[in-house]
Amino acid sequence: MKSLLFSHDKTGAVVLALIAGVTLIVPLFNLIFPVDSPLHFSAYTVSLLGKYLTFALVGLSLDLVWGYCGILVLGQGAFFALGGYAMGMYLMRQIGTRGVYADPLLPDFMVFLNWKELPWYWFGFDHFWFAMLMVMLVPGLLAFVFGWLAFRSRVTGVYLSIITQALTYALMLAFFRNEMGFGGNNGLTDFKDILGFNIQSEAVRLTLLFLSGSILIAAFLFSRWLVNTKLGRVVTAIRDQESRVRFLGYRVEMFKLWLFVFSAMLAGIAGALYVPQVGIINPSEFSPLNSLEIVVWVAMGGRGSLYGAIIGAVLVNFSKTVLTGLMPEIWLFSLGAAFILVTVLLPDGIAGLLRKRREAEA
Amino acid sequence: MIDITLEPANDESVKVGRPFYEGEIDTTHGPILYLEDVSVSFDGFRALNKLSLYIDDGELRCLIGPNGAGKTTLMDVITGKTRPDTGAVFFGQTIDLLKMDEASIAEAGICRKFQKPSVFEQLSVFENLELALKANKKVWSTLLYRLNSEELDKIDHVLKTIGLSELNRQRAGALSHGQKQWLEIGMLLMQEPKVMLVDEPVAGMTHQEIDRTAELLSSLKGERSIVVVEHDMEFVRSIANKVTVLHEGSVLTEGTMDEVQNDPRVIQVYLGE
Repeated sequence: MKSLLFSHDKTGAVVLALIAGVTLIVPLFNLIFPVDSPLHFSAYTVSLLGKYLTFALVGLSLDLVWGYCGILVLGQGAFFALGGYAMGMYLMRQIGTRGVYADPLLPDFMVFLNWKELPWYWFGFDHFWFAMLMVMLVPGLLAFVFGWLAFRSRVTGVYLSIITQALTYALMLAFFRNEMGFGGNNGLTDFKDILGFNIQSEAVRLTLLFLSGSILIAAFLFSRWLVNTKLGRVVTAIRDQESRVRFLGYRVEMFKLWLFVFSAMLAGIAGALYVPQVGIINPSEFSPLNSLEIVVWVAMGGRGSLYGAIIGAVLVNFSKTVLTGLMPEIWLFSLGAAFILVTVLLPDGIAGLLRKRREAEA
Repeated sequence: MIDITLEPANDESVKVGRPFYEGEIDTTHGPILYLEDVSVSFDGFRALNKLSLYIDDGELRCLIGPNGAGKTTLMDVITGKTRPDTGAVFFGQTIDLLKMDEASIAEAGICRKFQKPSVFEQLSVFENLELALKANKKVWSTLLYRLNSEELDKIDHVLKTIGLSELNRQRAGALSHGQKQWLEIGMLLMQEPKVMLVDEPVAGMTHQEIDRTAELLSSLKGERSIVVVEHDMEFVRSIANKVTVLHEGSVLTEGTMDEVQNDPRVIQVYLGE
């Protein structure tokens, strides 16, 4: 039985094809064409594209909870940043004696703070597999504890949104403190290599771009499967009439909880892919503004379509790159203006517009 | 403390607090639903005032009463949406509904149609019924759920019963008001409840629709108990064997429609002095 929710999935296929195109063509062209060829993508472009793909992934993760289940999370950036920090901790421990202070065990900032030994929560991060596990487990666990408390107490709507905003703000303040042991203000940076390969090398950049694209595609396909199951329909029903779903015998809080945890894990993976491509993670990633921007991407792209979130994330960030290059002072104004315009004129975002046009043609 | 006195019970059978599920509802003494001395106040307003009501297994009972008599609050209490300040609410003789949340009450077999039709408008008619289908409703089972042919037949059967077979692919939001009401009754049937609470099933319906709804509800009694709240007296007369009149949060009187309509207290409540 084909769900009504997916009668407009052609656009999704186009978006998928575009991502696959970027994921394959960029590394392929860079292998085929020499460095001075115009068809050879610069290191800057490669990491920029890779960054957009990770933003698309975090947008997708928000669309799952917001677009399908109606949970407006204003702290999705927190899960993204936690995933990023887990990856950053692994990369820090790969530096070893090549740091300024050449301490084999302690990262530079700890030596600088006169710390004598590695804090317990840094143990294990020298193993790639452990760090990758934490990339998903830490955001997942935070989402589980937070969601367990909030959803069981039936905190919903704007109250829940505000608490998630407070959550990311509190984490930002905490991570700014040197005593936390995550590099304080400066965060984690000066990464040298990943799995033994130089993180600055073109091969690693291309691999990261390829991974970001592939994981985005996998996450998109999995999410699309997920929202097309009976669970997806229950979740949509919760969005539209929460209490009615309870009277059908579903434990609404458990459905919200597991969707929220899954979404947080996806955001964590996005953060982990983001950090090696930009070369730094610091507490400003927790800033409430970042989380609000994710909401804007999804709103502009169109909620509840999955591909809308991807379109929104890429389009907004591309405009951001262009505009902040041309005239940085107008970026926030134009973002605000675009957000208002989309909310007023296109309440269903770009995806909604595409859907309407398709319906008009049919 | 309220003294909870059930039907002449031998005390061993009253196992308060243990969750009982399907097939364990003890109706050996007749009633399937017991409400005793139930009171609910909202900000000083007494919505229910020491209300006691017994619904027999398999009966179709109509609740009538002027606005504010507590009809909807009563349904809220039975389904776990509102917790009473005092009183006891039992499902069969052994299941204490006051210790259960909405989902477990629904799972135990008490289902409800709301006053305002509340179908899931973004989903199709078929999908609405699919969600209501009696099944394991835990997260993992729901994720991996596949309808088997028996269940598809069941959905088809209910679609026929509520007359929406042709519209099964239609978005529920695009249905007419009456069709939404029927879809919601269909959703109740999918849950295979022991008790159906039906709040204003014919509000906003045309005459033909009302007649069909009366037929539908009458055909459903017997296998399950049905409690109908309705303002439309013609409709109530056409379906009810027994009518309970609520007034200011308590039961004013009970009886057949004729008895009730000729009761001077009822006339006074409805028409004033």
